Amino acid sequence: MRVLWLSSIACNGNTHSFLNYPYMEQFLNDFEFIYHPVIDSNYSLKEIVTETIACDILLIEGSISDEFKRADVPVVDIITKYAKIVKKIVTVGTCATFGGIFRESDYKDTTGLHFVKEVKIDKFKDLLNKTISLSGCPVHPEVLVNTLYAIKKSVDLQLDNFLRPKDYFAYTVHNGCTRNEYFEYKVDNHKFGELEGCMFYDHGCQAPFTHGSCNKILWNEVNSKTRAGLPCMGCTEPTFPKSNLFGTKKNMGIPQDLPLGVGKRTYLTLAGITKAFTIDRLEKKLFDD
Amino acid sequence: MLSKKEQRKEQIMQSALELFSVKGFYNTTIPDIANALKMSVGNMYNYFKSKDILAKEIIKYISIYLGHKLKEINELDISTEEKTRKIIEVYFETAMKKPEMIDYFLRIYLSTREVFKDGCEGMICVNEFVTEIMIYFEEGVKCGDLRDQDFFSAFGLFMGYLGGMVFLRGENILPKELDDYVDDISYNVYKALSV
Repeated sequence: MRVLWLSSIACNGNTHSFLNYPYMEQFLNDFEFIYHPVIDSNYSLKEIVTETIACDILLIEGSISDEFKRADVPVVDIITKYAKIVKKIVTVGTCATFGGIFRESDYKDTTGLHFVKEVKIDKFKDLLNKTISLSGCPVHPEVLVNTLYAIKKSVDLQLDNFLRPKDYFAYTVHNGCTRNEYFEYKVDNHKFGELEGCMFYDHGCQAPFTHGSCNKILWNEVNSKTRAGLPCMGCTEPTFPKSNLFGTKKNMGIPQDLPLGVGKRTYLTLAGITKAFTIDRLEKKLFDD
Repeated sequence: MLSKKEQRKEQIMQSALELFSVKGFYNTTIPDIANALKMSVGNMYNYFKSKDILAKEIIKYISIYLGHKLKEINELDISTEEKTRKIIEVYFETAMKKPEMIDYFLRIYLSTREVFKDGCEGMICVNEFVTEIMIYFEEGVKCGDLRDQDFFSAFGLFMGYLGGMVFLRGENILPKELDDYVDDISYNVYKALSV
């Protein structure tokens, strides 16, 4: 399969993430980049923008603005041209999907391909049935590669309302978190980087309301933010990035954002019960100093 | 609709509450409660296995009763200031119409901890009531009416104040009836909690 990796307004974070894919050699045997910003490819960017090179999948990295150009050609024109000939379009990362952090850039009307935050936009609406969104800052390399293989094998992927494959985005990042016991009993005596404590109650962890597989498909096959002792920052969500990522926004002690689908009364009832008990094992260090 | 057994349980709790408020908690026995309802003591035990269990069920019953009333207020589309007043009205109205309920909370639940320490840890047995107070605070902060602060500093101010007034009434110290104080107390509470 022939793939075009088109960088729009981006930091190349998704490229960096992708380069950590552990089975790159196998991948490059199965897929050919007609162009990639950092991997050797058969065509130059100039050729990509001036000609129309045969291609099966268009990958878009970065936010999109009418003002932004690659090789002196508006990126929206490059997208429009290749969108016509490819089988599928994949937005790689949160910027390409929802606008992400580059919504704050100086380029005018910076958006994702189909969304600005949660709001659907009309600009490329004809491409909606061709698009798969892979949000994340950056996107997990296995999520990207497995999606490309699914396209290659013509697997019919079920997508959510933001066109994200449910295989990876139907879960929350909380799913598989090694700190779940601390969450259950509301123990957040965490210090950044340490093994103990849940980070939802005080440290800003967004995992219980963030869609993603970070704790199911580990990063570099070994770890995740929450496992390492850092809060989930909600990087796959349309609202990313929020501010004050290391503190839980609370109103009179109650977290403003609650676990996905959990009503306020349900949450408070459960919290009231668990708060009534102290579990010594969870208050202590796992290993003695 | 409550089942017949649930209705009977409620009658027992109501009757027990009234006896507790007249005779005191320790001076009231299960046979006293059975007598008041013209029930056999044996039958009473079909509903509550012990006085301690009855005591815990009663505090839950009161919490659910008040919690439902507060939930109705929380669901109204009115300002936090108006909610504050309505909560105070409901609390005082309950204290006047069902003094045994608030009395039980203040004089038995809060001061007889040995009865409640197993099974009513923390705020478990008053969860419904406290949850609605939390929601009232949280929504008040979210809409910008109330000042964000530690939950307990706000909770203590609100409930300590109301509880204190009801306690003074129970001691026959208040010169006026509780509803005469609603205006001033609503004003004071809202002024203390608002931004």
